[in-house]
Amino acid sequence: MTAPLLDVSGLTIRFGATLAVDDISFTLGEGEAIGIVGESGSGKSATILAALRLHPASTTITGMLAFRGQDITQLSPDALRDLRGGQIAMIFQDPLTAFNPLMRIGKQIAEVLTRHRGLSRQAADAEAIRLLAQVGITEPARRARQYPHEFSGGMRQRVMIAQALAGDPALLIADEPTTALDPTVQAEIVRLIASLRRARGMGLIWVTHDLALMAGIVDRVLVMKSGRIVEDAAVDDLYRAPRHPYTRTLLAAVSRGIGP
Amino acid sequence: MKDIFVRYGQRAALAGIDFAVGAGETVAVIGESGCGKSTLGRALLGLQPVAAGRVMFKGEDLATLPAATLRHRRRLMQMMFQDPQASLNPRMRIGETLAEPLVVHHLATWRTARTMVAEMLNRVGLSPAHAGRYPHEFSGGQRQRIAIARAMIAGPELVVADEPLSALDVTLQGQILDLLASLQQERALTYVFISHDLPVVRHLAGRVSVMLGGRIVEQGAPAELFAKPAHPYTAALCDAVPIADPRIARAKLLEKQPESHEGQPAPDACPFSVRCPHARPICIEAMPGLRSIAAGRQAACWLHEEPA
Repeated sequence: MTAPLLDVSGLTIRFGATLAVDDISFTLGEGEAIGIVGESGSGKSATILAALRLHPASTTITGMLAFRGQDITQLSPDALRDLRGGQIAMIFQDPLTAFNPLMRIGKQIAEVLTRHRGLSRQAADAEAIRLLAQVGITEPARRARQYPHEFSGGMRQRVMIAQALAGDPALLIADEPTTALDPTVQAEIVRLIASLRRARGMGLIWVTHDLALMAGIVDRVLVMKSGRIVEDAAVDDLYRAPRHPYTRTLLAAVSRGIGP
Repeated sequence: MKDIFVRYGQRAALAGIDFAVGAGETVAVIGESGCGKSTLGRALLGLQPVAAGRVMFKGEDLATLPAATLRHRRRLMQMMFQDPQASLNPRMRIGETLAEPLVVHHLATWRTARTMVAEMLNRVGLSPAHAGRYPHEFSGGQRQRIAIARAMIAGPELVVADEPLSALDVTLQGQILDLLASLQQERALTYVFISHDLPVVRHLAGRVSVMLGGRIVEQGAPAELFAKPAHPYTAALCDAVPIADPRIARAKLLEKQPESHEGQPAPDACPFSVRCPHARPICIEAMPGLRSIAAGRQAACWLHEEPA
């Protein structure tokens, strides 16, 4: 049997004396999409930062975090750099802070392509334009020559997705990628990520506090509270029959809707 | 409020808005960032200089009131912000922050304010012992309660709340909403609720104004407005509300959607024309005024004008 895409077992994370994540275990299959839901301080962001080894220096991590059978916690800095932005890519809430403000966005995407896929500069430039078109940027050749500040919030989020796709990732981690966006733009980005995942068979971890928003894009949901996973269920089961009282509270809060 | 124009430099932030709120009403103003809803909120309280038009509060034009009278009226009109962290003075104990409006408006002295502050803290679900603490010692939900206490303590009649829930976790939002609703009942408050959260608005507001590009494009009671949006922009907002049912949500993701555009609308055009599925040539030439389309219902869209 081949190893799962991501295998987390007994993961415990401490920031100094604070216990952020308390002995959690879960696996993510190839091409599977899971949502990690929880409120601020539940440990959901700490978990994914650990998966990328982007946590602050004062952090202690115990337990295992394996990507395709390889323990990430033991990787050398070089091997880590190959993994991040390559097989594992991440998109954040605020794309403006994720880009170099002084570099044209086409170049920033091309950089990933030369670094992780070994393309020549010329081939990388062309591929960057193709990726921009794929995430729904109109006139991609013209826009590739623009700088991050020339894009609206929603378009910038699309560019960040294009950059994440550049390394041809097997796993895309999305940390509240739509929180800063207007509702109609939010819906467009959710739609885009869902269709890209289908087309590429990528694994997806969607981190959010909003259960309603991810209902249509994930296969499974992990509910986190105070550093622990309190419920891990298939998405349909979780929304239909939540077992943990906390999940029920979260669901009640988002089920108001706008109907009668 | 009559025909309000607010301009920042060349750009009109509010372009000819008529907006009225009756005593005891809850009116929600919805729309996406940059639509002018926060500017409207500030203009209502006379905190935003208006280029043209008048803001009337209980029959008085705020712009022509003498400064002393205006200060007195300010007691009756309060604003609550999205981020209480930024609006509470970090160096002031909560007790002083809450007592200040009472002293400023001569409702109490620093000494006699104490009892009123303690009562108010109790009322919003905090403890009188909290008066001695500083803002940073509280959680986000507690700070929102403090902001509510601060807005309510001097006995306002009108409270403008600008996204009071959006910084809070979902489970806290319900509690804060309940608190706001019960305070309204016992004090006969008038609320103007600025929000982009349609489900919250649906359950809280008696009337909804939809803003787009500095104009109101649709108004009505939330039940009818959300069930049958008259303006395509309102329809787009309703359609973007996430549905907490995986099967419906998955089906919706597979539906065909119109291409999204980022183009800038022409200055006179309806701001929604660049992404509107019903856009016609006339939508780019001009935007119709807000007109009545049913009882208690107005919209500003060529779809509801007589065919030319």
